[in-house]
Amino acid sequence: MDLNTLRGITTALALIAFVGVWIWAWSSKRKSAFDDAANLPFADEEIDQLSKGVHHDRH
Amino acid sequence: MDTLTTYNYKVVRQFTVMTVVWGIVGMLVGVLIAAELVWPQINMDIPWLTFSRLRPLHTNAVIFAFGGSALFATSYYVVQRTCQTRLFSDKLAAFTFWGWTLVIVLAAVTLPMGITTSKEYAELEWPIDILITLVWVAYAIVFFGTIMKRRVKHIYVANWFYGAFILTVAVLHIVNSAAIPVSLFKSYSVYPGAIDAMVQWWYGHNAVGFFLTAGFLGMMYYFVPKQAGRPVYSYRLSVVHFWALISTYMWAGPHHLHYTALPDWAQSLGMVFSLILLAPSWGGMINGIMTLSGAWHKLRTDPILKFLIVSLSFYGMSTFEGPMMAIKTVNALSHYTDWTIGHVHSGALGWVAMVSIGSVYFLVPKLFGREQMYSVRLIDWHFWMSTIGVVLYIVAMWISGIMQGLMWRAVNDDGTLTYSFVESLEAMYPFYFVRFLGGALFLAGMLLMAYNVIKTVSGARPVNAPIPQTA
Repeated sequence: MDLNTLRGITTALALIAFVGVWIWAWSSKRKSAFDDAANLPFADEEIDQLSKGVHHDRH
Repeated sequence: MDTLTTYNYKVVRQFTVMTVVWGIVGMLVGVLIAAELVWPQINMDIPWLTFSRLRPLHTNAVIFAFGGSALFATSYYVVQRTCQTRLFSDKLAAFTFWGWTLVIVLAAVTLPMGITTSKEYAELEWPIDILITLVWVAYAIVFFGTIMKRRVKHIYVANWFYGAFILTVAVLHIVNSAAIPVSLFKSYSVYPGAIDAMVQWWYGHNAVGFFLTAGFLGMMYYFVPKQAGRPVYSYRLSVVHFWALISTYMWAGPHHLHYTALPDWAQSLGMVFSLILLAPSWGGMINGIMTLSGAWHKLRTDPILKFLIVSLSFYGMSTFEGPMMAIKTVNALSHYTDWTIGHVHSGALGWVAMVSIGSVYFLVPKLFGREQMYSVRLIDWHFWMSTIGVVLYIVAMWISGIMQGLMWRAVNDDGTLTYSFVESLEAMYPFYFVRFLGGALFLAGMLLMAYNVIKTVSGARPVNAPIPQTA
């Protein structure tokens, strides 16, 4: 195979992969999973309140 | 509380405190060598204190000691909190702290002695390189082991960025450090000529892309939403951001070797990929800044949020400037001038340092069981000193760099150079002084931070927060 054909195929595959990531990320099926993931930093928030409460008397 | 029900905050505390310490040390060396460029005689003719030996000490200290400690601290905190589980191994985590500290101490001893491989940002000699590899493998085991035992379904996006940073830096370090030792303190690269240069800048640019960018984006994706009190603007965009950024950065390295012996096609490839990089970089920046939409008022009163958001503005600025400087015709003017130094510092001080400082101010009270930092007003002072310091620094370097580039390329009608090198050096003088002032101001802000941290932790008892058991 001509090296340039291989280069063309590689570029096309990279483009398909890129568009594929967009389609995958924006599919409505992923929405609820992404919403869950996006809230992970807040999922264990009560423990901050807890540890603050524990040490409140020292302030 | 026993180790099954609490997070490991000990190693996070150690790295957090050392972030402040190494930040001050690294920036102090930076200010010293900036002063040496204005007043060369202050090296007192002592070889250890010359610019040539202290410059790699400065870069290693700020990137790997200060930036590295900030990355270790935040990644260990974030991976535990978003996976709701304790670190995979307390012993290995402790090994990463003491191992990394030893690497930094060895760097601080060998670099002023002039022991160096002379590869930029990879100056440390082979025995230290082996120690770095061991620490890094332990880091990867602790990090990915923690992800594997997570008690939640999803892997939060910040962990994807931290994970990419850890994996890629392992590959970069091992490939670029491949060398043949001839003695305990001297080795030679296994790569010949132009290949060695290409491997070096594949390493060098990806050290920027993965150590100084992907890792700190992980920080951004956790601490910006936390401090703003709302989830990231678009989680979908963060997914595209991740894959686009990591697959593009890998190819941009050749822009460090424009107009050299590197084959032309490789130079052009590096330029094109650098231009493409603008898109994922700005996608990430917009995602971070827009997280504040609907809560912009918080920016008025919360100096930690100011640090985080302004760091993203500097990130946007330097990731616009970078692709522009990678264009070959622009690079013909900018390369080897102070413009490059200005560009690096708008990224390193404006983005990396400021996002780390914001994150440390977030972490310290949580790790020591305090409501907040000792003084919020001092954080505000620190913010303005940092911002003014960075602006002074980069504006001075822009003017100086462009002037240098123009003076070096000016030719008379008969083809001779218009200016001698010494004439360009003389023209740079006032800007070197302004750069010194900007750096000193940034360093003074760090000292203010140290005072604030000491006041916050003194008398406080270290806290190890409990892991929620209901998840």
